[in-house]
Order: sequence, then C-alpha cells, then structure tokens
Amino acid sequence: MSGSHAHALYFHGHSAVHRLPGAVKLAALFVYVLAVVATPPTFFPAMVVHVAVLLTALAFSELPVGFFLRRLLVDIPFVLFALFLPLVGTAPHIEVGFLSLSVPGLYAAWNIIVKATLGVGASVIVGGTTEVPEIVAGLERLRVPRLMTAIISSMVRYMEVVGDEFKRARIAMEARGFRARWLGHARPLATSAGALFIRSYERGERVYQAMAARGFTGHMPDLEERGPISPGQWATGLAPAAVSLVAAAAALLLT
Amino acid sequence: MSCALRVAGLRFSYPDGTSVLDGVDLSIGHGERVALLGPNGAGKTTLLLHLIGVLTAADGTIEVGEVELRKESLQEVRSRIGLVFQDPDDQLFMPTVRQDVAFGPANYGLRGDELSNRVRRSLEEVDSFELAERAPHHLSGGERRRVAIATVLAVRPQVLVLDEPTANLDPAGRRELAELLETIETTQLIVTHDLPFALRLCRRSLIMSEGRIVADGVTADLLADTALMAANRLELPHGFELSGA
Repeated sequence: MSGSHAHALYFHGHSAVHRLPGAVKLAALFVYVLAVVATPPTFFPAMVVHVAVLLTALAFSELPVGFFLRRLLVDIPFVLFALFLPLVGTAPHIEVGFLSLSVPGLYAAWNIIVKATLGVGASVIVGGTTEVPEIVAGLERLRVPRLMTAIISSMVRYMEVVGDEFKRARIAMEARGFRARWLGHARPLATSAGALFIRSYERGERVYQAMAARGFTGHMPDLEERGPISPGQWATGLAPAAVSLVAAAAALLLT
Repeated sequence: MSCALRVAGLRFSYPDGTSVLDGVDLSIGHGERVALLGPNGAGKTTLLLHLIGVLTAADGTIEVGEVELRKESLQEVRSRIGLVFQDPDDQLFMPTVRQDVAFGPANYGLRGDELSNRVRRSLEEVDSFELAERAPHHLSGGERRRVAIATVLAVRPQVLVLDEPTANLDPAGRRELAELLETIETTQLIVTHDLPFALRLCRRSLIMSEGRIVADGVTADLLADTALMAANRLELPHGFELSGA
C-alpha cells in the first residue's frame, strides 16, 4: 500500500497497527468507542483502563506523539463547550476561587471532555495507520452498503479536484485585485461557490458518463481483492477494545 | 464490407432546437486508426456521447461490429466501444489505479484471478503496472492519460475512441502517447485538434463541421488542402511543414 500517497490524516509507517486490515481496526474502533461511551463517567478505574488501552495502541502504532497531539486538536470545540457547562449548570455549587461552579456541570464537562478525547484519540490512531482505500475496503467488508462506500470514496477522490478548482477561482479573483476582507465581500465569494457547485455537478455528470461507458448500470461491482482476515488478526486487533468492553461492563455492574 | 464502426444519418438537436448533428455518416474498418478533426462546436464530443448511448439520436443508426445500438443492446455496444474521455479526472474515480482498471471488466462479470490478470495485462499494455496501487489524483498528466487508456482497454473494446487525447500534455508526454497508441492494435478513432498528432498516427482523417462529415481522405492530403482547411477553421501550428512530417 505504500505507493498510494496520502492524505493529511495518514502517517506512513510499517507498525503492527499499520499492518492490521482496515476492517479489523474499524471494528475495534467501533467497539472501543461504544465501551467508552457506555462507561459511567464517575467510575474512574474504568476510565483509567480506557486511557491505558488508548496509550498502548498509540505505542504499538508508532505514531509520533506530536502528530497524535496535533490531530487531537479537533477536539477543542467540544472542550470549549464542555468548559462552559460548570458555569451554567444547576445546584449544588462549589466555590473555586471567585467562581461558583455547578457540581453536575463539572461532571457533565468531565464526561464530555474525557469521552470526546478518547474517541478522537482512537480515531486518530486508526486514521493515522490506515490509508483511505483501506478504510473504504474495510467498511465494505463490514457490510456497510456499497452505495455508501461508493459515495465516501468518490467524495475522497473529488475533494481535492473540487478544492483545486476553488483555489484556482480564488487566485483568479485575487489576480484581479479582489481580497475577501469584510462581510460585503461575501457576495463574490458566494457567487464563486455557486459556480463551483455547478461545475462540480457537471463534473459529476461527466464522471457518470465515463462510468456508464464502462458498463456501469447502477451497482458498484465487487472489487474485493484482499485476502481473508485470519482469526489471529481479528484477535490481535480486537483485544484492546475487548479490554475496554470488559472495563465498561464491570463499571455498569458496579455502579 | 464489415466495419468496426458504422454511423449512418445520425441527427441530434438540443431541446431548444439547436442542431448539433446534421446527418453524420462514417465508417471505420477493422484495425484502422482514423482521426476525426474539426473546429470547436463541430459536434465531435456530441457524436462520441452517441457512440456510447449517453445521448440518443433523433434519427440514424450506429453499428459497432455487427451490433446495432438500441436500448436492448446498450451494454453490448458499450463493451465494444472504449471511450477515453478528454479529462482523465472524469474517468479515474476509484481510490486506486488498480480498482479503476478493474471497474470496467468487473461490470461485465469478470472476477477473481481472471479479473486481476486482466488488470495487470491492461496496465502493462500502457507500461504503467508500477502505478497500480497509486491514487489517480497523485499521478502526473501523462500517467493519468495512460492509466485512463488502460481502464478502457481492460474492457477489451473493439474500437478505442479517444477524445482530445493530447489535451494538457507536455510535448514529451504527447510523443510518448503517440508511441503508445502506435503499439495498440485495436481499431482507433482519435478526435483531436492536434493536426501534427493526427498526421503522425493516422493515415486517414475525417473532417467534421457543423454536424456533418465534410471530408474523408488521406490525412496528409486533407492537411495540404488549404481551402478545405480554411473553410473548416483548421490550422497547422506556425512553422510546421507538412513535408517535414
């Protein structure tokens, strides 16, 4: 797979996690996120297990910590939202310095921050070790309807093409002295977005014609060429998620 | 005489009444490589969209091999006509080159080893097997063009139709494309503005103008006919000598 260069979210490598099939990693991600979300936020031992599982996976993935932390920044909007909750939450309140913080609000904030961060972290590890075609193939293997995977893969394929068209349109506008600086400039931008939409629509038509010319009749053919996934690969890939699942189940039983 | 491709009396107008094809007649023999020349707006691309049944003519017939294009024979005709679109980005839509080349033959039911052998052979024919695992949008213009041809060759068409194949290619890419097309034995119809390219590859050319085929003959003779060329807005590049070609 090393040939198909990628994608900002992918980090090229040959670690044990990189080598796992996409379907295994996606299934593990799904189970892990489910386990994290199901865990009561106040049951701290289970949360410690979830964090340990994430860090272990990160270590095996050999992703640089800087890369991981930078990708984790997507989390910021959720964190900001969560930090707001203790200020507006209901009673009882505790006094911290000059702030009066709602206790349920604090728990809600903790709940959101820890779960969002663990979920994003796990996604970053899967995204960082799996190339897009492998993710799409993994989704197909997991029996996601082929229409959806076809939409995902053409979105990925044409995002760059459409992005380039937008860049060219912007450069053409700037070359004629336009700079988007204030709200009044929204109009030319909206016009160019409209033009881009029409162009993308027309491109969609041409792509469809090219598909039809090669015998496409509405069903994506099955292009499965990858070998079967061994029980060993499933076991290795799902083991960390299984640990989290057990921790979540224990937490649910004990609280 | 049996023809690889025969078009007779093809007419097509847009819903607003603008006539684009005004009785197109042409036939191409097996193994021929023919250029279709003509100015912008002559109806060349519209004609190509008819060949694959994307547009339906008001009148006239299209035959590929022995099969006439009808609603029932659409898939059969599409498997016989391999159309390489002008913009490879329209043609290459799968995440990897290998999957893109497999798309056509898979639509016609090829699976397993047969499919992967077909993909390998098609990529080898255009000298691009090493690109198999690459993503199409990370290829150079020349590579994209070669891979786009492979995606069509993989269906094993009887007629290979190329729409402006030299568009956006640098001179070296253009020369390599010409060398590649010379090695492909399939019947070819090359739609182009690039007259030196047509002259190099095709002994015979058709000139299309205002929805009709207005000339059909030896490429070098047509290009030497200055009155015909001027009447159809065709020009050789500045400084290009016919005898030197």
